[in-house]
Amino acid sequence: MFLWRIMKDDRGGQILLALLAASIVLVPILNGLPSDSALHLPTYTVTLIGKYLTLALLAVAVDLVWGYLGILTLGHGAFFALGGYAMGMYLMRQIGDRGVYGNPELPDFMVFLNWQELPWFWQGFDQFWFAAIMVMLVPGALAFVFGALAFRSRVSGVYLSIITQALTFALMLAFYRNEMGFGGNNGLTDFKDLLGFSLQSNSTRIGLFIASALALAFGYLLCRYLMQSRLGRVCVAVRDAESRARFMGYRVENVKLWIFTISAMIAGVAGALYVPQVGIINPNEFSPLNSIEVVVWVAVGGRATLYGAVVGALVINYAKSYFTAELPDVWLFALGGLFVLVTLLLPRGITGLLRSKEAV
Amino acid sequence: MTIRTFGGFCLLCLLFLLVPLRASAAGDEAVYNEAAKLLTSRSFDEKEQAIRLLADNNHPQTKQLMTLLMESRLYFNKKDDGLYQIDDYETDKPAISLLNNEPVAIEKKRDFKKITLNNQLRSLVRQIQAEIGLKSPDLSRRLAAVREMLGSMDEDALALIRKAYAKEDSATVREVMQIAIAIGELPAADEARARDAVATLAGSLEPDARNALTQFAGSTDNAALKAAAEKALAEIEQRARFYGGVETLYFGLSLGSVLVLAGIGLAITFGVMGVINMAHGELIMLGAYTTYVIQQLMPNHIGLSLIVAIPCAFLVSALVGIAIERGVIRFLYGRPLETLLATFGISLVLQQAVRTIFSPLNRSVATPEWMSGLIEINPVLSLTTSRLYIIAFCLLVFFALLLVLKRTSLGLQVRAVSQNRAMARAMGVRSEWVDALTFGLGSGVAGVAGVALSQLTNVGPNLGQSYIIDSFMVVVFGGVGNLWGTLVAGLSLGVANKVLEPWAGAVLAKILVLVFIILFIQKRPRGLFPQRGRAAEG
Repeated sequence: MFLWRIMKDDRGGQILLALLAASIVLVPILNGLPSDSALHLPTYTVTLIGKYLTLALLAVAVDLVWGYLGILTLGHGAFFALGGYAMGMYLMRQIGDRGVYGNPELPDFMVFLNWQELPWFWQGFDQFWFAAIMVMLVPGALAFVFGALAFRSRVSGVYLSIITQALTFALMLAFYRNEMGFGGNNGLTDFKDLLGFSLQSNSTRIGLFIASALALAFGYLLCRYLMQSRLGRVCVAVRDAESRARFMGYRVENVKLWIFTISAMIAGVAGALYVPQVGIINPNEFSPLNSIEVVVWVAVGGRATLYGAVVGALVINYAKSYFTAELPDVWLFALGGLFVLVTLLLPRGITGLLRSKEAV
Repeated sequence: MTIRTFGGFCLLCLLFLLVPLRASAAGDEAVYNEAAKLLTSRSFDEKEQAIRLLADNNHPQTKQLMTLLMESRLYFNKKDDGLYQIDDYETDKPAISLLNNEPVAIEKKRDFKKITLNNQLRSLVRQIQAEIGLKSPDLSRRLAAVREMLGSMDEDALALIRKAYAKEDSATVREVMQIAIAIGELPAADEARARDAVATLAGSLEPDARNALTQFAGSTDNAALKAAAEKALAEIEQRARFYGGVETLYFGLSLGSVLVLAGIGLAITFGVMGVINMAHGELIMLGAYTTYVIQQLMPNHIGLSLIVAIPCAFLVSALVGIAIERGVIRFLYGRPLETLLATFGISLVLQQAVRTIFSPLNRSVATPEWMSGLIEINPVLSLTTSRLYIIAFCLLVFFALLLVLKRTSLGLQVRAVSQNRAMARAMGVRSEWVDALTFGLGSGVAGVAGVALSQLTNVGPNLGQSYIIDSFMVVVFGGVGNLWGTLVAGLSLGVANKVLEPWAGAVLAKILVLVFIILFIQKRPRGLFPQRGRAAEG
């Protein structure tokens, strides 16, 4: 009943959820087929799709704040990376004494730096539940503090975009430092297992894929629910006429703050699912370019539709994988050209072409 | 005594009088030959004789020979026993005869043998070099010679300096000589002399003076002298700290100038026009690459190429900027977020274009000679010339731009359009044309900044990216639409960065500055110098 209520008018979302459900069923079956079968899906591809799904979840998070609230965030990659680091820290602790130096307590890079004991902020990350909470709590807390400061003093528009960019840039510089205790340049890598299951095994990889698909579905439903509620309508009001919404008595900064924080938490979850599938997290994830790329996924897919963000993320990431493998020189030309063309010619993105008759 | 003998005596006297006069030609030759023969000997004693012979007779080539000896570039030919200078001891490389400066090719390496020194001889040579330096007519040479001696003041050196001090007439050199004498006297002087010496050293910033004082304070038994020495040391410390502060300020200002240069073009496109140009960094990069190309075209005139590069970089970046404005940005006025995305796309395209054309590797741009060097203010403070040029260049660009905006008709139109587009159009300003030119101006200035940056960092495809965030920070911190704000913001951020650096490290300092700006914008969203009045509402 609940699902019916929020998904009733969302044709794109219905298709998306149906596809996700189908993939959860089909992918394990196809992967289980003998490897000479034409329909066999290699595990590598499963992991690749799983990775794309986590990036799609990040795009949904960005669409929530940009599409519905009009906050162009150029720093969402920071929340994604923080979630990733929280998961990475758990995975590092799971290595235990199987590292190169065989230290049961300390990760390899700390032994290498001659540290004697685990820093306080690494405490607790040997427990999965703790890490899982931190995956949401750390990005959420950062977004809350940052948002509280920014929205209360009514920093908006381009200024906000620039300081979000500065935020992720500052974090990138900070995480590059060895003294921070997050592995410096190399980041966290060499993971062995998750909840006791080896990360190399097929079943774990399929499990991660299913988890990503479920997370995307739940994330999508959550955002859709929020935007269908009264709060969602206030959001759109804030986006389209901030002053008017404020004069009508809505606490604009609170609306912005909560949505921004929720969005950051979703991004954190996406990062946490991304890391075990790619097997590494390093400070490069904080680079401003990554965050801007996410915005482009949303723009290409179509703003303020949520499913458009998913489409954009999948299409562009597939294109990126293809181009960087086949024609590495062309990729940046293509991406750059896409930025320009989409903003000039397709303000409503790819999905905008399909629903051209609908009123927005 | 007969007349004849008297006449003979007179003749003899005359001869003696004449000898020193003609010694310069024939005598020098004899001395040289004698010394050359002794130098080729295996015995260090004979080499010492040779060195002393040269020095005592004031042979004009003494200095050259001493330098060559010290740098192990003096060889002798086993066949003719002549002395040669060899910089590169390989077959077919030239050996320069010291007799007539004629180069000959080395046929066999074993024909030549290096003239070696032992430690004792080395200190003798060093002393002779110092002596020659002290006698040099060139003031800076003398100064350098005294400085050189400060670190190794012993009895001989002290005597040497005392002698030279009496003849010295330049106040600057005398001052350093006094310090040298004080350093030399300090260990063995009686109380009154030591007190004077400490007083002399207290006024000096030479590190050797500080060392001498520290040593003296540690070794003396006299409590009063010890206290005096410690007080002098504290005084020196304080002055050194002051000059350290001046140096930090200088570094900060030069870093700030770089930030201002990078940001000032943005202050026009973003500040005056309100266009978020994410490709700004790449326009800087284009300027830097223009410098590189021009330098490739005229490899023999590095200094000139840099000056030629300034207008060329301006034109290249300005034309690209105008193309961007006409091709993309003009369709997006009033939609700042879309502009941001589109220009970011352009920046990626430009980066990749440079990568494809010039390869992804960094290119190095040579620095002309007049830009590299040091200006020594005192022993603890010396200013690098290149930084000085950057600061001067930054101010030049800034004031030129200010002049354009405030004093030309283009500037007037730019300001009119940025304040009230509709009204400006009604007054007959071709606003589209003004937009294109303004954007071209801002972009061109970015190109000029690229010329300056090519002298400081490697020229590579990522050059622009590393400056774009800094540039935005400078403009936003200073207050949008305010050139003076950009100047103040850039310089103060540069100084803040350098002040934080010693105790936080370079990266952390940068992070702290970023965090500070983020917090600052929360407090004053419109920057240090916000626009007031109607212009602020746009």
